[in-house]
Amino acid sequence: MALAKIIEVSGTAVEVPGDDIDTDRIIPARFMKCVTFDGLGEYLFHDVRFDDKGNKNDHNLNDPRFSGASIMLSGMNFGCGSSREHAPQSLYRAGFRAVIAGNFAEIFFGNAINLGMPCVSMSDSCRRSLANLLNGRPESPVTIDVKELQVRVEGDSFPVELRAGARDSLLNGTWDPLDELLGKTDRVDKLAARLHYV
Amino acid sequence: MAKFNLFQKVWQAHSVGQLANGQTQLFVGRHLIHEVTSPQAFGMLREKNLPVRYPERTFATVDHIVPTNEVSEPYSDPLADAMIRELRKNCEDFGVTFFDVDTGKQGIVHVVGPEQGLTQPGMTIACGDSHTSTHGAFGAIAFGVGTSQVRDLLATQTMTLNELKVRRIEVNGRLADGVYAKDVILHIIRKLGVNGGTGFAYEFAGEVFDRFSMEERMTACNMSIEGGARVGYVNPDDKTFEYLRGRPYAPKDAQWDESVEKWKSFASDKGCSYDDLVVIQADEIAPTVTWGINPGQAVAIDERIPIPEECEVSDRASILEALEYMKLDSGNPIKGTPIDVAFIGSCTNGRLSDLEEVASKIKGFKVKDGVKAIVVPGSQVVSKLAVEKGLDKVFEDAGFEWRYAGCSMCLAMNPDKLIGDQLCASSSNRNFKGRQGSPTGRTMLMSPLMVAAAAITGEVSDSRLIFSS
Repeated sequence: MALAKIIEVSGTAVEVPGDDIDTDRIIPARFMKCVTFDGLGEYLFHDVRFDDKGNKNDHNLNDPRFSGASIMLSGMNFGCGSSREHAPQSLYRAGFRAVIAGNFAEIFFGNAINLGMPCVSMSDSCRRSLANLLNGRPESPVTIDVKELQVRVEGDSFPVELRAGARDSLLNGTWDPLDELLGKTDRVDKLAARLHYV
Repeated sequence: MAKFNLFQKVWQAHSVGQLANGQTQLFVGRHLIHEVTSPQAFGMLREKNLPVRYPERTFATVDHIVPTNEVSEPYSDPLADAMIRELRKNCEDFGVTFFDVDTGKQGIVHVVGPEQGLTQPGMTIACGDSHTSTHGAFGAIAFGVGTSQVRDLLATQTMTLNELKVRRIEVNGRLADGVYAKDVILHIIRKLGVNGGTGFAYEFAGEVFDRFSMEERMTACNMSIEGGARVGYVNPDDKTFEYLRGRPYAPKDAQWDESVEKWKSFASDKGCSYDDLVVIQADEIAPTVTWGINPGQAVAIDERIPIPEECEVSDRASILEALEYMKLDSGNPIKGTPIDVAFIGSCTNGRLSDLEEVASKIKGFKVKDGVKAIVVPGSQVVSKLAVEKGLDKVFEDAGFEWRYAGCSMCLAMNPDKLIGDQLCASSSNRNFKGRQGSPTGRTMLMSPLMVAAAAITGEVSDSRLIFSS
């Protein structure tokens, strides 16, 4: 089945402020006691959204003004820590289709791209302007243009960065590489045969 | 002749070719799996009706969810029980070797790989776990991957990756007594930042790493990812080869000499180039303790908890957030911070030498009343060797609980977890908010001996003063 070409992502956006937001925070380990990814969306950022009695706090993800957001805005080193794909999976299953951050931890970035979820990097000053705009007018539609590497909102445009290989695979609909990898088995077998170990 | 570093040589030997998007298709010679990040990957194989292409290259064990206080199944947690049964079935259906709990070989995947001799120089190794960088201690290129890549590896033994840059980090001189590999890596992360290594492989070198045992090298490589570097490695040398000799999966007889020659050829060439070089003097490094909510937020044991106003403007918000979460007062000495729990174990510091070092110092001491102290061997093999040496008794006499092998309180996907806002002195690798199982639980990372000192005094202490002989 051909994969979708991800040329742009549009929707409303929510800021989850802070640097070094780790994957334990995105999805605490105890919710990974599962053999499928189903239902992970429910636990997104669980421990910073609920108190110990299960009551919602004032986290932006609990704020009705931001409900239905499909783009997340955050700080530097987003997704650091554990390699758990459960993190981007929980974002995806909670309805998110892209993340804008200062930059991304390497493993998270790869996992997210593999799901067809663009992760674009934006400068500090642009992120601040964008956050101000969103917090003032949460209903503003935001568009991430993967081709032109721009984020557009309310007539403003902010430049973003995305590694060329990841951008190409999103634009060409090859973000899940399995079919391409399966197509090279002859070369793989040859390489395996000449390796110094089994 | 052109000169190359180890990363470049291993990368070149395992590159299948370039894909349409410019990424490399990399062959992964050893694939390690565990119960948390593999079930969905096997599910995807079943959906697509694909076999495991090279089942002899994948090895499984169970570590994250295993209870460390019970061995009989079914486990009291039905979710954990379902996960171990799922892994068992997947390994059986797809022909993968499984170091199950009844084999005597089970343990934390990054302890098991090296001790079974599966981890060897010049290999590419991947596992759905970010601490796979541990295996780099042997001069392998080893990295954590997500579950979709676990699927790719099962189906093709390859995955897509961008080539990394290489930063050589030399630690020269001699470490002071009481300063351990854990302190070295915490110091490096503090200095270079938790995302300073993004896009890099770290080559650890210098006199300190040359002198380190294999287990010390593993401790340092283990935490590369905490500095943002997906890969960390040490060039293979005679210590590497001696460690591997005679291990169950190490080459034998005639193959041994041939393998050693091949392994040597992967070491970085003298005079090869690097993308970056960092030099650190060993005498800068003291026993180091984290005070915050990421592993870079650390101070030496004689330092004070940072005062936000005295720090870089760009760091202040995260320092304030960390201090609030940790309930610590800025400007206070880190020494003397009261602790509730002490945890010795994990893929960072749950190996035999870690337990031996602590056991050699704690005789005659008792864990402070009110402190819960647990020791969790990294594997069944570690546990067996430790028991043969009587270490379990030494720990129990001092008031520590001696447990079965597993990840335990490092990430608390099992019954070992903090309660409420308990503060844990921990030999593990992550101090993220909620990491040890309670949403308000607090973690301070340190070396195993510093954990023992904290357990005995009930507060963060300088192990050099507590155990001075």
